[in-house]
Amino acid sequence: MKEKELKVLAANIRLETLKVIHSRGFGHVGGSIDLADLMAVLYGAVMKFDPKNPRWPDRDWLVLSKGHAGPVAYATFGLMGFYPLEDAYTLNQPHTKFPSHTDRKLTPGVDLTTGSLGQGVSAATGAALGNKMDGRDNHVFCVIGDGEADEGQVWEAFHFAYAHKLDNILYFIDKNGYQLDGSTKDILDHGDIAKKAAGFGLYTQEVDGHDVTAIYNAIRNAYAKKGVPSCIVLDTIKGRGATFAESKHDHSSQPKEEQWQEALSAAEKAFADAKNA
Amino acid sequence: MSVNLIGKHEKDPRAARDAVALTLDAMMEKDPAICYLDCDLMGCINTKRLREHYPDRAFQAGIAEGNAAGIAAGLAATGKKVFFHSFGTFSSRRCYDQIYMSAAYAGLPVHVLCSDPGVTAAFNGGTHMPFEDAAMYLSIPDAVVTDPCDYAQIACVTRQLPDITGGVTMTRFPRKDIIRVYGDGSEFPIGKGVVLRASDKDVVTIIASGLMVDEALKAWETLQAEGVPARVIDMFTWKPLDAELVIRSAKETGAVVTAENHNVTCGLGSVVANCLARNCPTVQEFVGVQDRFGQVGPQDFLMDEYGLRAANIVEAVKKALARK
Repeated sequence: MKEKELKVLAANIRLETLKVIHSRGFGHVGGSIDLADLMAVLYGAVMKFDPKNPRWPDRDWLVLSKGHAGPVAYATFGLMGFYPLEDAYTLNQPHTKFPSHTDRKLTPGVDLTTGSLGQGVSAATGAALGNKMDGRDNHVFCVIGDGEADEGQVWEAFHFAYAHKLDNILYFIDKNGYQLDGSTKDILDHGDIAKKAAGFGLYTQEVDGHDVTAIYNAIRNAYAKKGVPSCIVLDTIKGRGATFAESKHDHSSQPKEEQWQEALSAAEKAFADAKNA
Repeated sequence: MSVNLIGKHEKDPRAARDAVALTLDAMMEKDPAICYLDCDLMGCINTKRLREHYPDRAFQAGIAEGNAAGIAAGLAATGKKVFFHSFGTFSSRRCYDQIYMSAAYAGLPVHVLCSDPGVTAAFNGGTHMPFEDAAMYLSIPDAVVTDPCDYAQIACVTRQLPDITGGVTMTRFPRKDIIRVYGDGSEFPIGKGVVLRASDKDVVTIIASGLMVDEALKAWETLQAEGVPARVIDMFTWKPLDAELVIRSAKETGAVVTAENHNVTCGLGSVVANCLARNCPTVQEFVGVQDRFGQVGPQDFLMDEYGLRAANIVEAVKKALARK
């Protein structure tokens, strides 16, 4: 793992995520862009994948159960060569292959369809079971929002994964502290979500979700843990890297064009700075 | 289609659930891609045997149907042919969004087994009595919905399900007592209605499924004795409907009576009415549950209570004929 390369990739994913959403002018900026560092680690250093054969049976799977984070996946897959990046600039246009929420029937690289919160966690868990039945040496990475964790189905899936000893699935909880109507603490306080996940029998770690080295090391720890599923709670800042979203923790954003230009310039600069660091 | 009609209104000594359990057992032996998922109700339909015989492919998801439906979809995404069971209420209402989005919308076939349809839920009562389960599946694009009537038909439908990959499927079946309508070995291609009684003098077509097929045959006998020639069709596939057969029979007989163990506002009668309204508007009467909730009691009582008897079909036929 080369930390600098991953930081550069993360900055690139941030910039491209902004470009994808800017193509439509509005969207779920906050909860997409805060996953850039995780996506950089997964696609830059961890996951097995083949952009020319997205359904390669031995691939690692990515399930964005918080399906509204689609744009960060579309930017990452474009950078990885699943399709020309510009294709994703059709986000939410009629007949696009890049809908607001991830759809396995439409977008190369998307393994499961998500959008109704909580559901991707169960489907990802089922896929982990299926891969284990086939004796595959691969992993399923499932990304859950902390707001999404209001859904009881998330915890039912954890219960199932524990009971079936699925050590080939890693759940990430994107703990950015905000959901549509406000802070998670105000809407429906989880208390200590990492303790809750651990209470369900998951091997649980909590790391800085914007520290690529910490994320990478947590994944290596999870790989070494046999017989139990893993959960990595990512402490993140919603909207991290988008100038108009970061300070407000907005769930979705409809910035004015000058705000977009400011955010895109800042992201371009951050990308250049990362390369020159 | 090879069908051997017995139609003597005799109980089958075998439990209906074994038409699913024993058939699946044989199918799983031959096809390692088939797997089975249950929500703590294996004991109710004799599928503990699957977990014993195929411990690596038959799973418990516990009492958590929404999660189980998602697990089933995920398994399907890895190429498995997945059968998923719970009581009809829980395998429809309780996990509908998961079946709709994680499986159907996502293009992942899952075969949903819904036991205890309608009044066959009997002593489990109104909380467990699905009169709307098929309605929910009928409204899913590309879904296949069946309501087979006896052991041979349930087994035959079960055997065909893994070959259906274009959508989710749902199969309604009772657990215990069942009338033997057909001889074993009869073949029932999904999507094709079965004409049980027909003559060129028929003045009405009775279209029934499931529990109501035997009642329809009894009604035919009464009508025959009264000099009313009737056609009887077992329409065990509600979706996709055998529209060609429905239209032809409606045109030839000029009146239709549907009979179902389900709410008539959104089931077999509605599917048939939809087809007829668009192709050849025809007088139709609807035998079935008249927009009511379920309740507890013996099945015989419930069949009387909800008007699911041959006498109700005869009465409906007379009404339809009067409206012609």
